[in-house]
Amino acid sequence: MQAFKQINGLVAPLDRANVDTDAIIPKQFLKSIKRAGFGPNAFDEWRYLDHGEPGMDNSKRKINPDFVLNQPRYQGASVLLTRENFGCGSSREHAPWALEDYGFKVVIAPSYADIFYNNCFKNGMLPIILSPSIVDTLFTQVDASAGYQLDVNLETQTVTTPGGEVYAFEVDAFRKHCLMNGLDDIGLTMQQQDKIKLFEQKHQLAQPWLFN
Amino acid sequence: MAKTLYEKLFDAHVVHEENGTALIYIDRHLVHEVTSPQAFEGLKLANRKLWRAASILAVPDHNVPTTDRSAGVAGISDPISRLQVQTLDENCATYGVTEFKMNDARQGIVHVIGPEQGATLPGMTVVCGDSHTSTHGAFGALAHGIGTSEVEHVMATQCLVQKRSKTLQVLVEGELGLGVTAKDVALAIIGKIGTAGGNGFAIEFAGSAIRGLSMEGRMTLCNMAIEAGARAGMIAVDEITIDYVKGRPFSPKAELWSAAVAYWRTLHSDPDAKFDTIVSLNAADIQPQVTWGTSPEMVVGIDGRVPSLDMAKNEVQRADWERAYAYMGLEANTAINAINIDKVFIGSCTNSRIEDLRAAAAVAKGKHIAPNIKLALVVPGSGLVKAQAESEGLDKIFIAAGFEWREPGCSMCLAMNADRLEAGERCASTSNRNFEGRQGQGGRTHLVSPQMAAAAALAGHFVDVRTFN
Ligand code: SF4
Repeated sequence: MQAFKQINGLVAPLDRANVDTDAIIPKQFLKSIKRAGFGPNAFDEWRYLDHGEPGMDNSKRKINPDFVLNQPRYQGASVLLTRENFGCGSSREHAPWALEDYGFKVVIAPSYADIFYNNCFKNGMLPIILSPSIVDTLFTQVDASAGYQLDVNLETQTVTTPGGEVYAFEVDAFRKHCLMNGLDDIGLTMQQQDKIKLFEQKHQLAQPWLFN
Repeated sequence: MAKTLYEKLFDAHVVHEENGTALIYIDRHLVHEVTSPQAFEGLKLANRKLWRAASILAVPDHNVPTTDRSAGVAGISDPISRLQVQTLDENCATYGVTEFKMNDARQGIVHVIGPEQGATLPGMTVVCGDSHTSTHGAFGALAHGIGTSEVEHVMATQCLVQKRSKTLQVLVEGELGLGVTAKDVALAIIGKIGTAGGNGFAIEFAGSAIRGLSMEGRMTLCNMAIEAGARAGMIAVDEITIDYVKGRPFSPKAELWSAAVAYWRTLHSDPDAKFDTIVSLNAADIQPQVTWGTSPEMVVGIDGRVPSLDMAKNEVQRADWERAYAYMGLEANTAINAINIDKVFIGSCTNSRIEDLRAAAAVAKGKHIAPNIKLALVVPGSGLVKAQAESEGLDKIFIAAGFEWREPGCSMCLAMNADRLEAGERCASTSNRNFEGRQGQGGRTHLVSPQMAAAAALAGHFVDVRTFN
């Protein structure tokens, strides 16, 4: 996994609550057996005017000029600003894969669905929680100035606006450690093999029916 | 110290815990074709093995056709779907994983077959790369959906890195009215607490109305815990649980059975256990529910109306509702029972078990679907549910009433196979998500119980099943 420490990134606003994983990456793209290449189909149903299917040449499709991410001023954005309960719905990791492949490194919202939140960290993306009023302020500022960028620093756990306001955010210490160092979870857990084996033996003695 | 059920289950599986992050041991890993290929590929690339292949049960369900399957996997017309099912078959063969293949009589939706086989047992930790894994909590198990990276992690280590959730008790006391089902209870709860209401929580459903539910009803309820934002929903073990589990293929036998039952009987919250939050509902107040919008929280009782903007609690919700009206093609204040529908879907891991089919068939018996209904599908949750229904003659009742009787799978719940809504079509669906595009791009989904779906099919619009005949 790629490490994440700090970025200064262009912000794209997606002013909707409860954006679900079906919207982030529609199901027809889940048929892929690969992990990469979902970016061109992120938000497919909102982003294009026609119906998308896997294998289409997305560069030839009609884009929806009304969809905010299609506006020229937000091209190249790496920070997604959105509303509460982002990523609700299915556990599909294709959702963070698609956002990451699109170019987002950071999502800022007042709250997230649990599974999506967790999945972001596994893919080198940082989901940041800021209060609804701060998120409101950021929406107003993004709207008001083209090329609006935020400085996001995981080490200091701060988001800094172009105007110099600094907003602190919380992040679990273990997740921060893994993300900052790009650590592979499985490798870390494998270091605890002996503990797992010991637990397994004890567990099997207590509940032998689980090991039939 | 007094513990909640969640705490008991969590504590019983902690391998190691440090600074609030725990490594917990996983007893059962259910696998389907959509969220597993990348995990198997990851294992292969890193040259890792499965920690305990016997803990895994795999089944293809999302992509399988619900029509003729006589040509087997080769007969799946969409090549990308076919490849995904083939990949699961290959991975299971390579890694020695038990799989119920597409044409196995036991094949079905992963959350239907786990309990049906006794592969889901009380006291287990159960995971699956699928958010509706919460279903299995109905057995007094700790069950939740995980992402594909975590699928790979569990495959390689038999463990999951977890933080403890907060605990939420949802108490439903009293008796449900006639024609009011577990699905209505689930939707009423989501209507009350919202789709984010359970974020960060593990929910325990309790109270006399919950104890009165059958295991199938309990599964329907726990299935929808994720729609309330909670990764896990659960219900204490009682005689109903134990009776259900007894004699199933993967259930413990002989002397192990009595030892297991003795342990399972401890799987309930202690009387003085403390929950972080408690929410109460009165069972008698719950009506048959119908969603009107694009989120399960946009729901009202059958005699209700599409709410108007002045009822929204804030700006964000108002904007959400406006978008939902437009997407659903509905106006504020429209009476729910005046909404006509085009299609009906009875199925999904929420409502495709035998009791669901019996309840729908009882409504449909001797009647016919309305002329405006283009398609009414009944998709059993598994091959065994299908066989049971056929032995009771339910298939004949449905077919005589104009429904189509299909092969088991996810089907139009998420329309990854050929079963889907066309743009603008309106559907009464027993599934769990009414998100934009969920059942087909531009499709409009209304979530209801099986009885309500059957009644809507006959009437051509939503009707109160309690007074419909
Ligand atoms: S029936 Fe629907 S919700 Fe259930 S596992 Fe299949 S796609 Fe998911």
